Amino acid sequence: MSAAAAVNVVSEPAVRIRFEDVGVDFPTAAGPMTVVDGVSLDLRQGEFVSIIGPSGCGKTTLMNIVGGFVKPTRGQVLLDDQPVQAPGPDRGVIFQEYGVFPWLTVRGNIEFGLGLRANKRLAGQRNDIAAHYLSLMGLSDFADHFPKHLSGGMRQRLAIARAYAVQPEFLLMDEPFGALDAQTRGAMQDLLLQVLSAEGKTVLLITHSVDEAIYLSSRIVVVTARPARVRTVIEVPFGYPRDESVHEDPRFASLRAQIRALVMEEYEAQARQSMRAPA
Amino acid sequence: MVYGMFNTLKPQARQRLSGAALTVAPWLTILALWYAVRASGLVNPALVPAPHAVFVRFIELAQGRLGVDVWMSTQRVFIGVLLGVLVAVPVGFSIGWYRNVRTFVDPLINFFRALPPIALIPLVIVYFGIGEIAKTVILFYASFFAGVIVMVEGIGQISPIYVRVARTLGASDAEIFAKVIVPLTVPHILTAIRVALGVAWATLVASELIAAQQGLGALIQDASSFFQLDIIYVGIICIGFIALAMDLALRAATRKLVAWQDRIA
Repeated sequence: MSAAAAVNVVSEPAVRIRFEDVGVDFPTAAGPMTVVDGVSLDLRQGEFVSIIGPSGCGKTTLMNIVGGFVKPTRGQVLLDDQPVQAPGPDRGVIFQEYGVFPWLTVRGNIEFGLGLRANKRLAGQRNDIAAHYLSLMGLSDFADHFPKHLSGGMRQRLAIARAYAVQPEFLLMDEPFGALDAQTRGAMQDLLLQVLSAEGKTVLLITHSVDEAIYLSSRIVVVTARPARVRTVIEVPFGYPRDESVHEDPRFASLRAQIRALVMEEYEAQARQSMRAPA
Repeated sequence: MVYGMFNTLKPQARQRLSGAALTVAPWLTILALWYAVRASGLVNPALVPAPHAVFVRFIELAQGRLGVDVWMSTQRVFIGVLLGVLVAVPVGFSIGWYRNVRTFVDPLINFFRALPPIALIPLVIVYFGIGEIAKTVILFYASFFAGVIVMVEGIGQISPIYVRVARTLGASDAEIFAKVIVPLTVPHILTAIRVALGVAWATLVASELIAAQQGLGALIQDASSFFQLDIIYVGIICIGFIALAMDLALRAATRKLVAWQDRIA
């Protein structure tokens, strides 16, 4: 290996997730429908990449491929140079509908992953890990409660704590705060930034909120109306740690206007599509 | 005066007292109505035995055959429901869990569910005779289909998100079954048992029509041959109360076992 390549490794973190010309077709009654087409994208170590686009455009499918739930029809997704085969504890997934286990207490939820064979190495630290995330997520007072007593924001904090407990290297989030009210949403974004600054991960966030994407990410990928293709990749000029003051930065406003215009165009394209071919 | 005493009680005691009053009130109402029907003269009193007469007959019977009758009936219901639910749980689970099995089996299940167990009695006599087995078969049939329906509906409602989450945390198929699917199935099993118990008690008398010597259904049958209305009432009331007691016990168990549920029946 040449000296130049070695320098390169130091200056630019390694590629952890690589989309290689990924395409996905779903079977429908009217024949296969292409939902993702020709997506190539690299996520480097420690990056926070948001994918933004019109709802129903196929961006969730992109996350599902990385998560191991969907196999691409064309191309492949590489995780540290290995094609994704199946879901695994190296990728923490946060769903919009939380998926908190109702039959387990808050503590039981956090400890769920630690009791699995795949995470044996962590089994000994079970109590410490649970206590750590209970306090980090502000759930200590509810440790022995069942989730039926929790609010939406608390459920999502619990879902994040549960995903973090098995110490994944990647965090995949599909509209994680979409079901929360504006106030709670803002608080959750701050909490996420705070947790990430303490325990960094390589993050892929699917969202349709432009503000959320700018506030949280280091890079934003705007995708087209169905089929999802990469339309533009935008670097976010703010470093980490970040706080709410970014919202006041004039660059935030101009970035928002720019991304909004792109996303709106795609929404319009999608509207034209659905007028032509009612789904 | 009584009201004044009521007010001096501690709030908790007062609550408990009014709770007890609420529980007792409907029964007292029924008793009052029963007496009222007799007193009204609308019905020949010979056809409606007085509640106290039924109670006296109950005491008499309790010293005689009633214990055996209750025991035999309870035992039959218990065995029928136990066997029925034991088979209904895996069958209902498979049908509910595997969608393609469901489309295949659904019409069949609905056909058998619609058949009243009583309609099968002549056939059961032909195939199983008139012994204990015949009664167990009827009760098994009734509880099995009631249980299967509950399981299929319940399992079909389980959200796939929990399985997905468990997979992302690293769970294997066996772990997903033991740690996700089983706990999600328990409440449906409990509901299946409850529904099966209800159906089984409802079918009991019919199953004891098959030449039973003992059991509450036999008690009622024997009494009706001799026009002993008070005994018929004793039998009916006993069936009602035993079914109620079993249901209450099962509900208490449900509250303990699935305290995590939003809504507990």
